Amino acid sequence: MSVHQPPAADASTALPYPSPLAEFWQGFAANRGALAALIVFASIALASILAPLLAPYDPTQQFRDALLTPPCWSAEGSTRFLLGTDELGRDMLSRLLHGGRVSLGIGLASVLMSMLPGVLLGLLAAFFQRSLSPAIMRVMDIMLALPGLLLAICVITVLGPGLVNTVIAIAIGALPGYTRLTRAAALAEINKEYVIASRVAGASTARLMFSTVLPNCMAPLIVNATLAFSSAILETAGLGFLGLGVQAPTPEWGTMLSAARDYIQRASWVVTLPGLTILVTVLAVNLMGDGLRDALDPKLKKLS
Amino acid sequence: MLGFILKRLVGLLPTLLGITLVAFGLIRLIPGDPIEVMMGERRLDADAHAELVKRMGLDQPLHVQYLDYVVKLAHGDLGQSLVSREPVSREFAALFPATVELAMVALLLALALGLALGMTAGLKRGSLFDQGVMGLATVGYSMPVFWWGLILIMYFSVGLSWTPVSGRIAIEYDIQRITGFMLIDSLLSGEEGAFASACRHLALPALVLGTSTMAVVARMTRSSMLEVLREDYIRTARAKGLSPARVVIVHGLRNALIPVLTVVGMQTGSLLAGAVLTETIFSWPGIGKWLIDSISRRDYPVVQAGILISACTFIAVNLLVDILYGVVNPRIRSHR
Repeated sequence: MSVHQPPAADASTALPYPSPLAEFWQGFAANRGALAALIVFASIALASILAPLLAPYDPTQQFRDALLTPPCWSAEGSTRFLLGTDELGRDMLSRLLHGGRVSLGIGLASVLMSMLPGVLLGLLAAFFQRSLSPAIMRVMDIMLALPGLLLAICVITVLGPGLVNTVIAIAIGALPGYTRLTRAAALAEINKEYVIASRVAGASTARLMFSTVLPNCMAPLIVNATLAFSSAILETAGLGFLGLGVQAPTPEWGTMLSAARDYIQRASWVVTLPGLTILVTVLAVNLMGDGLRDALDPKLKKLS
Repeated sequence: MLGFILKRLVGLLPTLLGITLVAFGLIRLIPGDPIEVMMGERRLDADAHAELVKRMGLDQPLHVQYLDYVVKLAHGDLGQSLVSREPVSREFAALFPATVELAMVALLLALALGLALGMTAGLKRGSLFDQGVMGLATVGYSMPVFWWGLILIMYFSVGLSWTPVSGRIAIEYDIQRITGFMLIDSLLSGEEGAFASACRHLALPALVLGTSTMAVVARMTRSSMLEVLREDYIRTARAKGLSPARVVIVHGLRNALIPVLTVVGMQTGSLLAGAVLTETIFSWPGIGKWLIDSISRRDYPVVQAGILISACTFIAVNLLVDILYGVVNPRIRSHR
C-alpha cells in the first residue's frame, strides 16, 4: 500500500487477505472431491427433509398386490414403484427417503449429544488439571476400552432397543473422542500469551474456557464431528441390522437391510438399494471431512 | 524394556477395574427386576425366582456383590449361561479361537494388500494408480460392513457358487478339535479337501472384515511413505548408490511402518466391532455372534462375559502394540 493513499480507503479491498470465511471456502473448494461430496450430501439431506413431499407413498403402507416388485428399470418393474417394493409391498423409494430422515436425524442428534458434554468435559479437564482431569480422563479411558459399536451394544442391552436409545448409545460411544481432542487442543492453547493476557485482564474461568480458548480449538473438533457423523450413520445402520437399533416398521436404512437378508436370492434390489444409500451418504460425509480438514487445519493436510 | 512393560501394566489396572464395574453394572442397571427381564417369556414361580436371586447373589448389598464378582473373575469363573446352563468360560473357550482366526486372517490380508497398495501408490504419487487406490480406499473405509458381506454373498456364494454362505467348514468333514483354529486343525486331520474347504469358508468373512482396515493401512502407508521419502537419509542412501529397491524397502518402508503400526493398533477396535457384524452375516461361530445371540436370548451372564472379554482383548492388543512400538522405536520407551 502506498503512503499517499487516503486513510479512508475501503479496508476490505485494501487488505490482501480474504475474510476468514472466504479463506475457508477457498480451501474447501480447492478439494474437488469435497465439493462434489458437499453437493451429493446436500441433495441427500434435502431429499430426506422433504421426504413427506417427495415420497410417492406412505413408507409403512403395504401394497399386498405388489410384493417384491422389481425397480422400474428391470423388465418386470413398473413405473408405479420407481425403486420397487420390499417383502411387505412397501414402496422402496418412500422408505429410503423417510429412512434418510431417521438415519441423518440420529447422526445429527448423536453428534450434538456427544459433542456438547464431550467438549465441556475436555475443557474442564484442561482447566482443572489437578482436581478434575485425572477423574475425567480415567472414565474416558474406560469408555475407550470398548470399541464404539460394542459400547453401543452395551448401552442398548441395558436400555433396550429403540430410536432414542440408539442416539444415546452412539452418543456415549463418541463422547470420549471429543473430550480427549478438546483437552489436548485446550492444553496447547492455555499457556499461550493471549490466554494469559486475558486471564491477567481479569477474565473469569468460564469466559476463558468458552470465549477465549474454545474458538481456537474448533478446527479439529469440527473435523472430528464430521467423521463422527459418518460413523454414527454406519453404527445406526449396524445396530439396526443386528436388530438392536430402530425397530420396524420405522424405515431406517440398516433395519431395512436386516429384513432384506432373507430375500437375497430373489430380490437383489431390497439388499442393494439401502446399502448403496448408506455407502453414498457415508462416503460423501467422509470426503467432506477431508475437505474440511484441508481447509481448517492446513497442518494436517500433508497426512492425506 | 521390562520396566516399560511393567509400567504399562500398572497403568492399565484402573481401566481393567473400570471394565469390571461396567460389566458388573450391566445386569444391575437394567430397569426393573433383572430376573424378570432375563427370563422374558420363560415365566418363573415365586420360589424359583427367589432361588435365582439367591444364586446370582442379587439379595446381597452391592459392594458385596461386586467383590464376589471380582473374586470369581480372578478364579476364571465367568458365571453360568442361563440358556445352556454351561459355564460361560467353557463356551467362550470353544468360540474364541474362531474369532481370533477370522480376525488374524483379516488383519494379515489387510496388511499384505494395504502395505503393497499404499507403498506403490506413494511411489507413483499422482498417477492413475495412486488416484485409483486412494479412491478405492475411501470407498472401503466408508463401506457398511454388513452390506459388503451381503453383496459378496450375493455374487460369490449365491450367484457363482464359489464360496459357501456360512460356517467354518463343510459339514461332511468331522475335524477333531486340537488347536481350535480350523485352518490348522483341518491340515492336521489329514482329510483330503478339508483344508481347502476351511479356506473357502474363511475367504469371504476375512475379506469383509479386513476391508476397512486395508483401506486405512493403504492410506496411512502412502502418506507415511511420502513423508519418509522426503527425508535426508533417503537422499543419502540414494547418493551412496544403493539399489532403488533397497532404498525404498529397507530405508523407506521400515521407517514408514511406525505410524502404520499405531493405526493398526487402533484398528483392533473396529476389527472387534466388525467381527460382531461379520460373524452375524456369515453365521461364523465366534464371540461376536455369541454376544448378539445372547442378547436376543436375554442370556445376560453371557452378554456380561462377552463385553468383558471384548474389552480385555482390545486392551491386551493395544498393550501389545504399545510394546511393539517401544521395540520398533526405542525413543518411545524413555518418554513414557
